[in-house]
Amino acid sequence: MTTAPAAPGTRTLTYADAVREALAQAMTADERVFLLGEDIGTYGGAFGVTGDLVHRFGEERVRDTPISELGIVGAAVGAALTGMRPVVEIQFSDFTAQAMDQIVNQAAKIHFMLGGAATVPLVLRAPGGSGTGAAAQHSQSLEAWFAHVPGLKVVMPSTPADAKGLLLAAIDDPNPVIVLEHKLLYKDSGPVPEDAARVPLGTAEVRRPGADLTVVATGVMVPRALAAAERLAGEGISAGVVDPRTLRPLDTETILDSVVETGRLLLVQEAPKTCGYVAEIAAAVAGSRAFGHLRAPVGRLCGLDVPIPYAPQLERAAVPQVEDIVREARDLVRRW
Amino acid sequence: MDLTKDAATARHALRTMWTIRRFEEAVDDLFARGLMHGTMHLSIGQEAVPVGACLALRDGDYITSTHRGHGHCIAKGARLDAMMAELLAKETGYCRGRGGSMHIADVATGNLGANGIVAGGVPIATGAALSVRLRGGDAVAVSFFGDGAVNEGAWHEGVNLAAVWRLPVVFVCENNQYGMSMPATRAARVDRLAERAAAYGMPGVTVDGNDPQAVHDAVADAVHRARAGQGPALVEALTYRWKGHSKSDKNLYRTRDEIDAWRERDPIARFERAVAGTLSEPEIADCREQAVAAVRAAVRSAHAAPDADAGSLTDAVYAEGAA
Repeated sequence: MTTAPAAPGTRTLTYADAVREALAQAMTADERVFLLGEDIGTYGGAFGVTGDLVHRFGEERVRDTPISELGIVGAAVGAALTGMRPVVEIQFSDFTAQAMDQIVNQAAKIHFMLGGAATVPLVLRAPGGSGTGAAAQHSQSLEAWFAHVPGLKVVMPSTPADAKGLLLAAIDDPNPVIVLEHKLLYKDSGPVPEDAARVPLGTAEVRRPGADLTVVATGVMVPRALAAAERLAGEGISAGVVDPRTLRPLDTETILDSVVETGRLLLVQEAPKTCGYVAEIAAAVAGSRAFGHLRAPVGRLCGLDVPIPYAPQLERAAVPQVEDIVREARDLVRRW
Repeated sequence: MDLTKDAATARHALRTMWTIRRFEEAVDDLFARGLMHGTMHLSIGQEAVPVGACLALRDGDYITSTHRGHGHCIAKGARLDAMMAELLAKETGYCRGRGGSMHIADVATGNLGANGIVAGGVPIATGAALSVRLRGGDAVAVSFFGDGAVNEGAWHEGVNLAAVWRLPVVFVCENNQYGMSMPATRAARVDRLAERAAAYGMPGVTVDGNDPQAVHDAVADAVHRARAGQGPALVEALTYRWKGHSKSDKNLYRTRDEIDAWRERDPIARFERAVAGTLSEPEIADCREQAVAAVRAAVRSAHAAPDADAGSLTDAVYAEGAA
């Protein structure tokens, strides 16, 4: 990712540092906020996100847990129901499969099942995505699972600033929010506000304006789409990039506005294509005011319908790369 | 606390057990007459457990409950009219018709909710106790669950977290002998489910779950320990559900003799005999009548209430504002 010069009130931080800063600011501002997860204390988190927080806030509020994802999320649900603001770290988003009952049957539904009489303000942070050679059980992109569940909100930050601002908004939110961070982005740097500015949930961001084509990309595909747009510009193709940032609730209007201008849409996700999240965006566009503006079929560039493999050349082949986005975008513009 | 010697306590315990019994009989009747929708899990025969346990609690304490949770709700102080209205799919029900029997909660009385998922409430109770710890209070959380729950992963994870963090939780196993049709004796190799406590380094005790005094004594001891910061405990209460698991149950897995033998051990009849030296026969009769009157009033008010409104169906999917 490009590192822009820091604007006033910002500094350059990594994505992981930005997440840590959000946690620290939230814990400083609100004593109800506490963290729980595996190896988040002295170890500092499997990806180093929580770092020194245990030394700053103590073991009660930066709570190391046994390897017990279902218990961890269940305990967070109970704490959230009784006045606390737990922020859970699930070490790899794949391990949410171990905790699905508490996420889907409990956290997501309690507010509704009780007719609005209780809230479950919990945040579940989990790193997803491939690219680390960790193979099929440590590399998935599971956002569609969560986005399909009424009662959950789903966030996928793609920049350090958003990693901070969206997390702060998620902690404020009275609903369970799943924040899917990306392992490959943790070391990326960018300008991050010093203050605790929130990025409201449900607002997309136009990362790059474009005239010929709208690329909507999520997670790590956002920086890849931006790199692709840069190359396409060299070929005389003006590709815009929209980052939904929040998958649920989705800011459909920002996407539609862009499609109305460009008339072409390429959807890019790392997750497997079948029943993937971007299919929902395709359906939303097909049923919208933007439909009549389309000059080309909607393109969908996704991960292959395979588990993420181990061998680096296989892993790379399983998910979209910058050159794949360039090729698909070029085809859409040239053929239509 | 002796539940039988003090007249006010004896009256309260007896009236509450009768209220649970009459409430569930009314539900059974409404269902049979086609006036109630969905399915229903009745705890008739198990009334001594919630009543004995909740008498060990005070305001501010939490419970989590099960799909067979009407008794826990009533014993923790829920309003019968709002419960019945929920079962009759009314806007005035606890959940405005969104939850039904398996999701009644009453956060105001510390009831964090029944649960349609077996063992679902176990880690939630642990979390409520963690919340107490972090806020610096002295409340305890009681997690009710059945014998069927103790083989779920959620049970082991919730219990272990409470144990390693020494949280103020009392795990109350209502062993009613069957997880739907699976006998508890075929679902675990231990003779007493309370033996499972040893694996988590906490005390476990098995008591007669048809004796409210025995349940109360065991739970009160565990609550006292928990409040004093000595961590969780497990109480197994042996009891029996007289009715089927739910409305689909044809009782193919147990015998009439077995059911009759347990009906002979009716916890309410036993408690009436136990309090005979404290309450007069007219006082005992009055407890029964109060229960009947309260349930009738709840049914009447629920029938008169407006139906749950589909116009606002999507309102409570997400909470608004800051929590």
